[in-house]
Amino acid sequence: MTTTAGPPTHLPDPLQAATRPLDVGAIRADFPILGRGVRGGRPLVYLDSGATSHKPRQVLDAERDFYTIHNSAAHRGAHLLGEEATDAYEAARARVAAFIGAAPGEIVFTKSATEALNLVAYAMSNAATAGPQAARFRVGPGDEILVTELEHHANLVPWQQLCERTGATLRWFGVTPEGRVDLSDAAALITGRTRLVAVTHQSNVTGAVPPVAEIAALAHARGALVVADGAQSVPHRPVDVATLGADFLAFSSHKMLGPSGIGVLWGRRELLEAMPPFITGGSMIEVVRMEGSTFLPPPERFEAGVPAAAQAVGLAAACDYLDALGMENVAAHEEELTAHALESLDAIDGVRILGPLTTDDRGGAVSFTIEGVHPHDVGQLLDELGIAVRADHHCAWPLHRALGVQASTRATFYVYNTHDEVEALAEGVRQTQRFFAAT
Amino acid sequence: MGVESLYQEIILDHYRHPHNKGLREPYDAQVQHVNPLCGDEVTLRVVVKDAGGEPAVADVSYDSLGCSISQASASVMTEAVIGKTVREAMDISAAFLELMQSRGTAEPDEDLLGDAVAFEGVSKYPARIKCALLGWMAWKDAVSQALDGPATQAGREQT
Repeated sequence: MTTTAGPPTHLPDPLQAATRPLDVGAIRADFPILGRGVRGGRPLVYLDSGATSHKPRQVLDAERDFYTIHNSAAHRGAHLLGEEATDAYEAARARVAAFIGAAPGEIVFTKSATEALNLVAYAMSNAATAGPQAARFRVGPGDEILVTELEHHANLVPWQQLCERTGATLRWFGVTPEGRVDLSDAAALITGRTRLVAVTHQSNVTGAVPPVAEIAALAHARGALVVADGAQSVPHRPVDVATLGADFLAFSSHKMLGPSGIGVLWGRRELLEAMPPFITGGSMIEVVRMEGSTFLPPPERFEAGVPAAAQAVGLAAACDYLDALGMENVAAHEEELTAHALESLDAIDGVRILGPLTTDDRGGAVSFTIEGVHPHDVGQLLDELGIAVRADHHCAWPLHRALGVQASTRATFYVYNTHDEVEALAEGVRQTQRFFAAT
Repeated sequence: MGVESLYQEIILDHYRHPHNKGLREPYDAQVQHVNPLCGDEVTLRVVVKDAGGEPAVADVSYDSLGCSISQASASVMTEAVIGKTVREAMDISAAFLELMQSRGTAEPDEDLLGDAVAFEGVSKYPARIKCALLGWMAWKDAVSQALDGPATQAGREQT
């Protein structure tokens, strides 16, 4: 960080002073895929971790060890392997809980963050027929679900669908020109009719970090529930559910160095206790008769089917890996790379960054457009240079529309990225401009 | 760069100077197609007229937003099909689709495809095939609608 004369515009982050730099060289050695060549043997410059991260060998080994030594169906089977698989799965639950400061009984394993968000949305419509304990989840005509225009489709479409199923009304916070949630009309939007507020914990496009705790305080004062989409926050900075403010938090394993096929819903225990199930079947029942069934307490109530134990074990290993690095160090590393990328790209004529130009309340998604060159063509030219970025609307179509663009190119950073890779991106952008200008 | 096989000069030329772009009246059918991944879109109109007892593509006009490949492909498509009988034009469209699905192994028929052979390189980049096909699929849909029955413009605008 640099200091300037005069009073600081904001107080330094107390965590900042305590961070230590990541040993990126050592980290990169843990990720076999970073050693492969692409497009004519060029080194891979992977700037698409916001879509999915790579996996260190420690995670791959943990998953392989599970299959090699303990593989069995958790929570069933009268044999030793079944016991070991169950122990491994439940230990993984406890490990993931510790990663976000939660109790193990508040961690529901899903197949993805998307499913975690759908779980809450479907539980709310299922509440209509689920008995008195589920009353606080019921929504219907006259009730409102409040989202933001920044949301990933996964935290938008399930709420649109909930409204269609129940007759509730969807409302939303707009977006500021800087790509943040526009909270200027919060008092008008959060009312006694609001039953639930669903908000991103970090935009996957603009990187904006909304004040979730502040929004949650307003929502709770009106009796509304709060869901935070942590898919882009939990992998990248310390998240503690004790200070989060929200009632539910969804995130996915594959974006945080873990395997694909598993995600997490954290929920306050008393809410999970009262919430009806979404997906039903084996593992989640208490007693089944032909006339009807009763269900287990959470988290099992929400985990129908044979658990994804190997994936849970891999996710736990990813939590170990990240905690060994220190999440505050991970955040500091990404903040440096983000600042570098914002400065380098903003200096190029014809480049427009979609999102704040400083790292204040901002994570490491750097989306941009290049005047006169479509993002697909930008992505193609960068790919030719070995640079992997995302180039489309990043599952946030309404946000792009609100910012007046059809699509964008997005670079995202993680523990294994370097400043040289940021330089390669900026040089790639200049080469792309030359290619499309010259011919 | 290998990417130059994708961005051939003829493609970049059609991208910068698209042919038949801009919606024209009258028309027999209009469709809107979107690539859900990137939001690229095309609105396309066709006029189908009888030519010696056989339906023919009298005009194609379009408006579109998208990448160089989708823009150039729509432009090339209009050049390839306008003035052809629907049967001939459908043959060209089928040949183009086959070329796109060839993963770079096809030997395209230049007599049939004209400038569209320049898109051979696209077939080596699976992520871009949808871009190249956007205009062609819209055209095929619009022609089918135009042939479906007596054309009233008001009844043709929904897709």
